[in-house]
Amino acid sequence: MSLAKHWRMQQQRYRLTGMQCEDCGAKLLPRRLVCPQCKSHNLQLYSFKGQGMVYSYTVVYDAPSGYDGYVPYPAALVRLDEGPLVAAQLTDVDIDEAYIGMPVEMVTRRLREHGESGLIVYGYKFRPKLKGQA
Amino acid sequence: MRRVYITGIGQTPVREHWDRSARDLAASSILQALEQAGIDKADAIYVGNALSGELTGQEQLAALIADFAGLTGTEAIRVEAAGASGGAAVRLGYLAVASGVHDTVLVTGVEKMSDLAGPAVEEALATSTDEEYEAIHGLSVVALHALLMRRYMHDYDLERRDFAHFSVNSHRNAVNNEYAMFRRPITVEAFEKARLVADPISLLDSAPVADGAATIVLCSDKAAGKRANSSVEITGSALATDAVALHDRPNPLFLRAVQESAHKAYAQAGVTPKQIDIFELHDAFAILAALSLEASGLAPEGEGVRLAMEGEIALEGRTPICTMGGQKARGYPVGAAGVYQIVELVQQLRSEAGANQVDARVGMAQSIGGTGATAVTHILKSPE
Repeated sequence: MSLAKHWRMQQQRYRLTGMQCEDCGAKLLPRRLVCPQCKSHNLQLYSFKGQGMVYSYTVVYDAPSGYDGYVPYPAALVRLDEGPLVAAQLTDVDIDEAYIGMPVEMVTRRLREHGESGLIVYGYKFRPKLKGQA
Repeated sequence: MRRVYITGIGQTPVREHWDRSARDLAASSILQALEQAGIDKADAIYVGNALSGELTGQEQLAALIADFAGLTGTEAIRVEAAGASGGAAVRLGYLAVASGVHDTVLVTGVEKMSDLAGPAVEEALATSTDEEYEAIHGLSVVALHALLMRRYMHDYDLERRDFAHFSVNSHRNAVNNEYAMFRRPITVEAFEKARLVADPISLLDSAPVADGAATIVLCSDKAAGKRANSSVEITGSALATDAVALHDRPNPLFLRAVQESAHKAYAQAGVTPKQIDIFELHDAFAILAALSLEASGLAPEGEGVRLAMEGEIALEGRTPICTMGGQKARGYPVGAAGVYQIVELVQQLRSEAGANQVDARVGMAQSIGGTGATAVTHILKSPE
């Protein structure tokens, strides 16, 4: 349930913050200490724009504890415009609407609760890009 | 480096053993193996187990098992690498003997899963994923494999039913394995109609978690003595890792850890992929089986499923896999699976596989953790 565990992930969960390698320019999500491309330690924070497309998707029917109340829910690997893949649930979409290549954008949503009076954990999910946006 | 022989094997049936705990299961497989090897003690015990703490509240499992098996005081340690725990324990046992530090060791894989059910088990299994970036999003292990399967189907123009042949093959082979959990054949139609767990993976595409324990005795040639000539030998052993999260890998559909460990093992054993007569691979899901064949160099990329569709993975095919039922039908006590694979290969290489006998001289066992973050490959040779 740990409050600290979720508190230290705030930047990543609420703002999709990762790193940029100052040496080779690679944009990395999640954050790391060592650039996987060039092994540099010269990394700075970088906030991703949250735009991307679906690389793959699924619908979960048998969920782990804490998520079983939400089934069936769609989840995906999203290829962000800047390059990295990110794993997340999809939201604001019917379970049979997702497709590979679907343009999506990041939103902040509830990930789970810890019981009726426990911590509510928020984080990123992805929804289909709203019409009228580039 | 010394030669390493397998001089004894033992296993319990795989099922929901309501009346037996982990220590019972492990000890019974140890006693079987000791008796077969003609010994009553060992220099060390390596226990492969993934989820003892999560599922039963018991840690320090190796000391507990050593004592319960009547081997109190023996050097004993538990090895964890998610689904590859059993294979990783074999790796450590191999290193201990090959290096000359120990002459005779036991490697035991054990998992007790049936004390909890449903979401609690999915939550425990999810500890093999990246907790901060995968599990937190409600992505179960099944869901992560489903993401791989969906992308693979898209890239290689396949349908769900094309993957059925892995489960059909495993079930067919388990019919003749008295230790297997599911001993009835299934059809492609049943695979297609089975309930979805995480789309597109269904219940008949998922290895069943269960209870079980298997043990092998590893000996140096000095300790094996006259038995060495009639014993299966481990000729290749290698373990490699990859990023835990699917999204941290440059190509999620290519299992780099499998490739690395398989190729190191081939090099050590002095064999090529073509010379592998049997492949006990880690069929937790059909997609993982297909990707394992590809990364191990036994099928070109994108052709793993087609190899199964063409019947080449059957006992009579070019690349027999899961000859005693694999994870899918023999059953999948997670941390024990890697040791069951070795036991089954030994049966084949000793010509003790009964109705499932394959004409084999060289076999390969491969154990995988999570979606491919740990892969351990062993190559075994039949006795002279």
